[in-house]
Amino acid sequence: MTFLATPEAAAPLNLSRRGLLGAAAGALVLGLGARPAASQATPAAEAMPNPFAALLELRADGTARLQMPFVEGGQGVSTALAQILGEELDLEPARLLLECAPPGARYKLPGAPRVTGGSSSVRTSIAPLRRLGATARAMLVEAAAIRLEVPAGSLTTEPGFVVHAASGRRIGYGELAEAASAQPVPAGVTLRDRDKFRWIGKPVARLDVRAKSTGKMVYGIDLAVEGMLQAAVQHAPRYGMEPAEIRNEAAVLALPGVHSLHRLPGAVAVVADRWWRAHRAAETLQVAWREAAPGAANAMPADFSTRALRDRQQAAPGPGITAETAGDASGALKGAARVVEASYDAPLLAHGQLEPPSALASWNAEAGTLELWVPNQAPDMYLPVVARAAGIAPEKVTLHSPPLGGFFGRHFLYEAASPFPQAIALTKATGRPVKVIWSREAEFLRDAFRPAALVRFRGGIDASGLPVALEAEIVCDHLLNRTFGAPADRHDRTVVEGIANKVYAFPNRRVAHVVQRSPAMVGFWRSVGHSYNDFFMECFLDELAEAGQTDPFALRQRLVEKSPRHQALLAAVAELSGGWKRGPFTAPDGSRRARGIALSSPFGTEVATIAEVSIQDGRARAHDVWVAIDPGSIVNPSTVVEQVQSAVAIGLSSALLEEVVYEHGTPRARNYDGYPILPPDQMPRVHVRIIESGAPMGGVGEPGVPGVPPAVVNAVFALTGQRIRSLPLSRARFGRVS
Amino acid sequence: MDLIVNGVRHTVALEAEMPLLWAIRDELGLTGTKYGCGLAQCGACTVLVDGIAVRSCITPVESVAGQQITTIEAIGEDAVGRRVVEAWVAHQVPQCGYCQSGQVMAATSLLKQIAQPSEAEVAAAMTNLCRCGTYNAIAAAMRQAAQG
Repeated sequence: MTFLATPEAAAPLNLSRRGLLGAAAGALVLGLGARPAASQATPAAEAMPNPFAALLELRADGTARLQMPFVEGGQGVSTALAQILGEELDLEPARLLLECAPPGARYKLPGAPRVTGGSSSVRTSIAPLRRLGATARAMLVEAAAIRLEVPAGSLTTEPGFVVHAASGRRIGYGELAEAASAQPVPAGVTLRDRDKFRWIGKPVARLDVRAKSTGKMVYGIDLAVEGMLQAAVQHAPRYGMEPAEIRNEAAVLALPGVHSLHRLPGAVAVVADRWWRAHRAAETLQVAWREAAPGAANAMPADFSTRALRDRQQAAPGPGITAETAGDASGALKGAARVVEASYDAPLLAHGQLEPPSALASWNAEAGTLELWVPNQAPDMYLPVVARAAGIAPEKVTLHSPPLGGFFGRHFLYEAASPFPQAIALTKATGRPVKVIWSREAEFLRDAFRPAALVRFRGGIDASGLPVALEAEIVCDHLLNRTFGAPADRHDRTVVEGIANKVYAFPNRRVAHVVQRSPAMVGFWRSVGHSYNDFFMECFLDELAEAGQTDPFALRQRLVEKSPRHQALLAAVAELSGGWKRGPFTAPDGSRRARGIALSSPFGTEVATIAEVSIQDGRARAHDVWVAIDPGSIVNPSTVVEQVQSAVAIGLSSALLEEVVYEHGTPRARNYDGYPILPPDQMPRVHVRIIESGAPMGGVGEPGVPGVPPAVVNAVFALTGQRIRSLPLSRARFGRVS
Repeated sequence: MDLIVNGVRHTVALEAEMPLLWAIRDELGLTGTKYGCGLAQCGACTVLVDGIAVRSCITPVESVAGQQITTIEAIGEDAVGRRVVEAWVAHQVPQCGYCQSGQVMAATSLLKQIAQPSEAEVAAAMTNLCRCGTYNAIAAAMRQAAQG
């Protein structure tokens, strides 16, 4: 999803190319009820606050702490930010400790959003963070000049120290921090020349890897406070139902360690001294669930099934809300030498992050204050909702945002998708701190799933085989309406991203969003609309190539001939894979294989993906995936490669295996046994080439995802002649290939 | 019953069927071992029992009373474990890191049994799930750790 957007285009702002003092323009944090499409880039630079007031703490031992705007969940943002800050502050990244800042204006890094998402963290914060580091350094130098009674101009820095070369005197940053914080904040600062960078652009080792390899990283689920109780819940099988009678209440209360039972909205909670005791008791509960009141918002009907949802999507009438139009699509289709029609669909997907949701709440009744630890990607969005749940003012809430055991979009604010309201209710009811952990089964009932989507395509090609018209009606929920209250009568740009504004720019086109709400809770899932639309678009393009008897790679070359950036990208991925060869061909191990190609443009980054597949025991298997990625410029090449590896894994997982199936209003799978995610033996080799074209910096965390499903599915077609238009591939069985 | 965890004997009064995972996490306060699924599907809860990798989320605590239980907290006290950790750091394996305690324990168990495992033996032993998809980095780190 693109949080940085001007109303007219989803292109990210070019922070890196602006004058630095003007660079604080940036994304606004989207509040609940805000209209994302209407969020304007801040026109004027926000003033740089005193870095030492809240954001940056320099310590006597030579280390420093940055209260960063983002939360670390494996994407490497803390290391990237340490590289950026360290570069300008002149402090080794390894000496920096980065923590997700509390909510609130005083922790706002000017120009950077307080949302960890949209693959936006590094590209939105690099400019203001450089400025922050340089500002802090300048104030340290001023403080040292006063201390040493020398002109500031005679001082330099080396990592962690201000140095007076003439006298050989050095003062550590920690020693100067207090005096530096009293210096006036300089209006302008000089930034380090790019060709003198020591850490930005270098493969700096991630700062948290040793802690994460030795069990020392503390996640939300691991937290404990004095006197804490633990809770588990039994969720209503269908959202909207409420607990009525509990048939075995007395027996459950008598189980070892059980403290109390609580009827909560849509759930019954058991509080106990140990989590497993609470969990076992919660599983034992025999709860009679009352149907949702008629008209209850978002209630899950008893007859909902994903099969019926797909049928309804197929039947949903067009034309939908126009998202993009050019030329005359219907006229050009009438005049086309050949018209290809197809519909594609993709299912609901679970996030499947390994760390189950938890929340630890501690209510102080006397003071009327709440302390809350809850995994989240957007502290400033959570704060008012947390305060409302506690019935207190936001300033009475202390909100902690712990490192995340995976997120992929899971921890935005979705209705009923986080345990924090339960933890708040339970700490208030018991008068003790309470940690709620959702079992994996409880999580599958309340995850906010990637929306299911269906597209109806019509494509026209001319006599030479070139596509001249495209019509796409994407039938999907309105994610931005449901999540942020964006107007439902306008298209959801996350629902059309990947098809609308595609680089191919067919001369006649119409892309529309046919809004169709589903009762399932929906949320952002790694690469959002691109996760299905790039599959739709890039596979349909292969169908057009087939109809026009053109090679899919050659067709893409023709379609991007006006874009040197995309031409370079295609050339790079072809070269990386040893030259484009579609196949089928025989691999050295004797298996028959073929390759597929996809181009995608997610989150300001350009990506070309080639996948090689075979069929084993009737199933598609990916052996190698080659990815050429051009984020414009980068901060840490190792992290980029690691994020592409990760993105290929989840993209392939979605292509091969993943599907949330509802029957009778409930999800069939409640754990990884029924909802398989990519296991190690299906991981392909991944080959990555980073291209720094110098274009405005794009995102890195998500862009590797969307090219994988279409590259794999296109390869499957090349190999088997079967065109798969519905994911996951595990639904299909393939015969022997020759 | 007596639990011997990381060489320390603890006398605990717990239900026989409580999973070892929760005895370790909640009773002993060692939270490096993770809960992921509770069904032995993901392996985030992997610990060693007498040197062998065990998924502690489905292991009744009574069944391992008196045996030598090793968790990630003691990984540095084992020569093979240290080697595995160094390989994990060298290959920058963890991303979110949540599954990595279990991955390191599974790797350590394998290398303690088979010093130089084949690719097939690695594949058979390293089945823990990683939603961040660090599998290739894990494989590379395994190769390094196996070379001693």
